[in-house]
This record gives sequence, structure tokens and C-alpha cells, in this order.
Amino acid sequence: MPQVVIDRSRCKGCELCFKVCPKKLLRRSSQLSARGIYPCEASDPTACIGCLQCVLVCPDVAITVEDDTDDEQPTRK
Amino acid sequence: MAGNHALAEGAIQAGCDAYFGYPITPQNEIPEYMAARMPEEGRVFVQSESELAAISMVMGAAVTGKRAMTTSSSPGISLMQEGISYLCGCELPAVIANVVRGGPGLGNIAAAQSDYFQAVKGGGHGDYHLFVLAPASVQEMFDFAFWAFDLAFKYRNPVMILTDGLIGQMMEPLTIREPSWPRATPVSFDARDWALTGAAGRPPRSFKSLFLGDGVLEAHNAKLQAKYARAAATEVRYETVATEDAQLLLVAYGIMARVCRETVDRLRARGIKAGLLRPLTLWPFPTAWLAAHAAQFAHILVVELSCGQMVEDVQLAVQARTPVSFYGRAGGGIVTCQELTAVAIERLGIKETS
Amino acid sequence: MKYQPPHALQPVSTHYCAGCGHGVAHRLICEVIDELGIRERVLAVAPVGCAVLAYDYWNFDVTEAAHGRAPAVATGMKRCNPDKLVFTYQGDGDLAAIGAGEIVNAANRGELISVFFINNANYGMTGGQMAPTTLLGQKTTTSPAGRVARREGWPMKVVEMLTQLDGVAFAARCALHTPKHIRDAKRAIHTAFVTQMQEAGFAIVELLAACPVGWGVTPIQAIELVEQQMIPVYPLGVFKQASSPVSLPS
Ligand SMILES: Cc1ncc(C[n+]2csc(CCOP(=O)(O)OP(=O)(O)O)c2C)c(N)n1
Ligand code: SF4
Ligand code: SF4
Ligand code: SF4
Repeated sequence: MPQVVIDRSRCKGCELCFKVCPKKLLRRSSQLSARGIYPCEASDPTACIGCLQCVLVCPDVAITVEDDTDDEQPTRK
Repeated sequence: MAGNHALAEGAIQAGCDAYFGYPITPQNEIPEYMAARMPEEGRVFVQSESELAAISMVMGAAVTGKRAMTTSSSPGISLMQEGISYLCGCELPAVIANVVRGGPGLGNIAAAQSDYFQAVKGGGHGDYHLFVLAPASVQEMFDFAFWAFDLAFKYRNPVMILTDGLIGQMMEPLTIREPSWPRATPVSFDARDWALTGAAGRPPRSFKSLFLGDGVLEAHNAKLQAKYARAAATEVRYETVATEDAQLLLVAYGIMARVCRETVDRLRARGIKAGLLRPLTLWPFPTAWLAAHAAQFAHILVVELSCGQMVEDVQLAVQARTPVSFYGRAGGGIVTCQELTAVAIERLGIKETS
Repeated sequence: MKYQPPHALQPVSTHYCAGCGHGVAHRLICEVIDELGIRERVLAVAPVGCAVLAYDYWNFDVTEAAHGRAPAVATGMKRCNPDKLVFTYQGDGDLAAIGAGEIVNAANRGELISVFFINNANYGMTGGQMAPTTLLGQKTTTSPAGRVARREGWPMKVVEMLTQLDGVAFAARCALHTPKHIRDAKRAIHTAFVTQMQEAGFAIVELLAACPVGWGVTPIQAIELVEQQMIPVYPLGVFKQASSPVSLPS
């Protein structure tokens, strides 16, 4: 299952990823990060379909997508 | 061989990997010679679109550890000041020759020494120094190319060969050989431990002159100044002629040193004890020699093809221990021996009877 | 792992403003470098502009150049090191204004370098002044009433200009504002490197990028401006590829 992971320390809160997520999983966190901004968070990281739209637009490489199924079985394509 | 060709061939013999330049009189013989000879040696020649580009191409070659060179004449050297400042800031080796012509502005193409200040005092922005070498013969045009690359790599700093159209065009016999003097040692041309060679099996490297952190630029400048102080303590080179018993010291470099040398003989033939100090390095300047010896002379006469530039460095060194005066012409005229002999006699306050 | 940042990019935060196009451009270049397996052969030239610190972000050898002179520095690097892959990364003030002479002549000589040209329609680093690429009517700190053609000239179309030069083997304009455009941009960056590897000639990719802070808008508004205002003036596409005629993307 793909899972989106946001690096709170690298996110600058530009919100460009919010718009592009087809599952509308990405939103503004209610907690300030060390930068003094409200970074991005995923409402339900496991609902992620691994489309990488968010990764593509993120200017700060703050998003990675993990996929634990990769190692176990060929992903259904 | 002509001086300009000797300089070009000297650079090739000294291992110059790449030459970049833009045409300007009176040094066109250099890029023309390089255009033919560098490809023969399997090395790089590019005619750049400007002197701004030429010096930047030199920088591109230098960051990869290559022996790179450019040449120009006064107006072109003015354009190169940007790149020279970056080379100094990034601590990169490079050889730049200025075959000086008359200025300011477009001036004329006659021999001149009016770029002394620009060469030794900075010219570009920031606190930096170039090594400035002043050849006075065709053989020295050749030999100093070796010396220039030595210094450039020993200190990782640009070196300027400051010459003029007369030496550049002058024909004299030349011995092609690896000179033993003046040279700088020890020097290594192996740049693998500092140059950009591709980050294979090591962390990436970068060259920069931008230092934004608190105190970082100050520390960088302190490091540069320490390097300049080291260089000033070890690399000063000069020649003296008949100074031991001299009452009158002539100080001149390059083409004017040749005229002064002959003037020394003429004055001595008339019973006037004259001597000559000829700096081979204009930076670092033979300040210590002048300071140590100034008091023995009755008068010091500085002769330049300018309105008086090096004379200021002589005055600084002499610190008013001895009267210092200047004689020179700027804009095309050459100071002759005859003229200079008369000036020397007048400055010494000697009333000639015959 | 489905997505991991490229190895060619240092794992550090950048100094860029939120929503700045430079971050996307850096990442794409580094992804392509990883995919081509050329990281250890790359020599890059950073500009003077907001991307001046790129050498702190890239995990390969980089040099600074004086403002606008990157193509000349790259010329010296590549001529002396034909086995290396040399690229410049330049803003629109750097490339199209102060460095216009260097870019045109490097392109005309067909230097075997790749140029990534970030067109954000203003001078970001110095505080949002007018660039040659500033749009007509666009307000900047030095065109406070909006750029007027009669007074300040027209938006400079760099890729169209360079396409005319025989030394240019690949010229494309892409944008960095949507996932689709970003994918296209990555393909163009890939082609620019391959063009160099094949020694086909000079390659340039212009990347329309958002500068939210220079433009005084939010990151979201900035990418909308790229779509609505920049693309109509700066059409996207591959303008030249090797000897093939100019063709727009499918
Ligand atoms: C010779 C010189 N002139 C001016 C500057 C000041 N300066 C620094 S960056 C810059 C413009 C940068 O704009 P651009 O190239 O568009 O890059 P951006 O910052 O937008 O990415 C200017 C004018 C300089 N550093 N050097
Ligand atoms: S990978 Fe796709 S689905 Fe997952 S968070 Fe990113 S945009 Fe949304
Ligand atoms: S695009 Fe990146 S930096 Fe911007 S909000 Fe999303 S995660 Fe944060
Ligand atoms: S000023 Fe513009 S180009 Fe510079 S970092 Fe900020 S958004 Fe990016």
C-alpha cells in the first residue's frame, strides 16, 4: 500500500500540493512547525493511491511516498 | 622572434592547456599564434565574444585545474576586471598578459605603462592582489610565462604579465628552453585534490566567492591577506645595476628599464655615479630593498611611460629618506637616453661646465 | 519506496521562498542526472540570482560564475573536459540581460553544454525588478506603472531567438506549474542532457517558473499567473530538435 509521508521540517506551506491530490488528502496542519508556518499534513496517509502528483509539484522535496507492497509482491497494474 | 610570439610560445612550452582571447592591437599576434599552435598541440583555443567572456572561459578552465591563459591590451583588460576579481575571490590560478597601450579610453596603440595602478592596486572590486611580472626583453616574454604559471599554481591566484606594445613587437633572438630563473618553487600542477573533476568517489566540490554567513567573508579575506603576505615575503624579484656606489638611483621596469640601463652607462661615462633598480615583480614590489638602501642615494628618479604611477610605490617605500622625483611621457612618446641623461643631471643639481 | 528524492540533490532545505519554481527545477535536473547515471561526470555552473547557492543543494561539482557569464565559464569547462557533462543554470536577468552576449555566442558556437533557463519574469534576488522577460503591463519595482513596450521594450523570447542559430541542437520551453507540465519539463531536461551526450550541439530548456514573492502574490496565485499570463506570451513546446524542423508538442 502506498503511503504519503510529509517532512514537516522541509515543508514551507506553499499549499501547491493540496490542489493536485486527486484524493484531497493533503491539508494544512493545525500545528506550527519550527519554521513558524503551518505545514502540510495528510488527513489519511493510508488512503494515498501513490499517484505522485503531490511529489511532482512540491518545490521543497518535502513529500515522499512509501510503498511496502513493492518488495513483497508485484503491484497490481 | 617577436615578443608577443615569444610570450605565446613560452606559455605553450610551460604547459598552457587552454587559451581564450579577443582581438585587440597591439597583441593580436598572440591569439593568432595560439590559434595555429594550440590545436597542433592538441590543446584548447577559443576566440571569445568579448574580454568578459574570455576571462570567464579562463575561469571555467581553471576550476577544472587546467593551466589557462588570456591576453589583451588595456581596454580589454578593463573588461576583464570582473573575472579577475572572481578568480581572486575563488582562489583560482590563471595567467593574464596585458600588452599595454595608451589610454585613457580608446587611447592609441603606442607603447605605454599607464595600467600600472590597475594591475598592482586591484583594478576590480574587493581586497585582492595579482602577481604582476614585468618582462623587458623577448627572452623574458618567453621565460616569464613559465614563472607566471608557477606562481599561479603555487598560490592559486591569477598572475598578470604587464608588458607593452614595444616589447610585444620587438624582434630579438630567443632561446627556447626551460628557464631556471626566475621561477617559483615548490609548485604542483596536479590539481586533483582541489579542482572540479566530477564528484566520483568523493564529496562534491564547489568554487565560490559569495560568503554570506556571519564573519565568513571576513575570515576569507584574512586568509587571502595571509596568502598575499606570504607571497610578498618570498616572491619579490628585482635586478640592480651599479647601485653600490650610486648617488643617483633610477627606478624603472619593462621597456623603460632598458632605456635606463643605457642611461646609467652614459651617466657613468660622464663621471656621474648612477644605478638602476628594476623590479621584475611589480606586485609584490621590492619595497624592502628600497627601504634598506634609500638613504645611500642623493636622489631617486622614477621613469615610466605614464604620468607617474609606480613613483607612488617608490615614495611609499622610501618614506622621504631621499628625494624622489618622476620623469615620464604618456600617450605615445618614448623617453630616450639622451633626454633622460639631461633630466638626471638637472635633478641632481649638477651644473655641467663643458 | 515509491518516490525517493534524487541522490544528486543534497538532503537539505533550500533558502527559496515557499512556492518558488527554482525548487522544482533543481529537483527535476537532479532526477534526470540520477536516471542517466551521470552524477559523477557532471560539472555545473550556478548563476548570480536566487539560485546562486545551488552549489549547496547539488550533490555534484559546481562553480559560481559572475552575473551572466555562466555560458562562458561552461565553455572553458567543457572545452577542457569534453568527457564531462556541463550545464548552466541561469535566471532571466542573468541570461537574457547581463549575459545576453555570452548565451548567444555560446549557442552560436554550438558549445556542447546544456542550459537551464529559469524565466520568472523578474529579478527575484534583488527584490523584484523588471527583467527583459517581464510581461507587458506587469508591475515590478522598476516598472511601477507596469511595463510599457514603447518605454521598456517587449518580453524577450529567448528560445525563439536562439532557435535561429545553427549551433543550437535542442531548444524547448516548458513550465513548472502543473504535474503534467512538470513531467514535460523533465523530458525536455532529459533530452538536453542526451543532446550533449550525443555531441549534437547546444541545448537549452527555458522553464517558466513562479516567483510568488517577486510578484507579490500567493504560491497558488503565482501558478495561475504562469498559466494565464505567461504561457500566452511564451508558448510552450520543442522549438528545435537536432536537425528536425520546428514542431510543437503533440
Ligand atoms: C555585475 C552585477 N550586477 C548586478 C548584480 C545584482 N544582481 C544579483 S542577482 C540579479 C538579478 C537576478 O535575477 P534573475 O537572473 O532573473 O534570477 P532570479 O533571482 O530571478 O532567480 C542582479 C541584478 C550582480 N550581482 N552583479
Ligand atoms: S501520492 Fe497522490 S494520492 Fe497520495 S497524497 Fe500524493 S497526490 Fe495524494
Ligand atoms: S507542496 Fe511541499 S512545501 Fe508546499 S505545502 Fe505541499 S508539502 Fe509543503
Ligand atoms: S524571490 Fe522569487 S525566485 Fe527568488 S526565491 Fe523567492 S520566489 Fe524564488
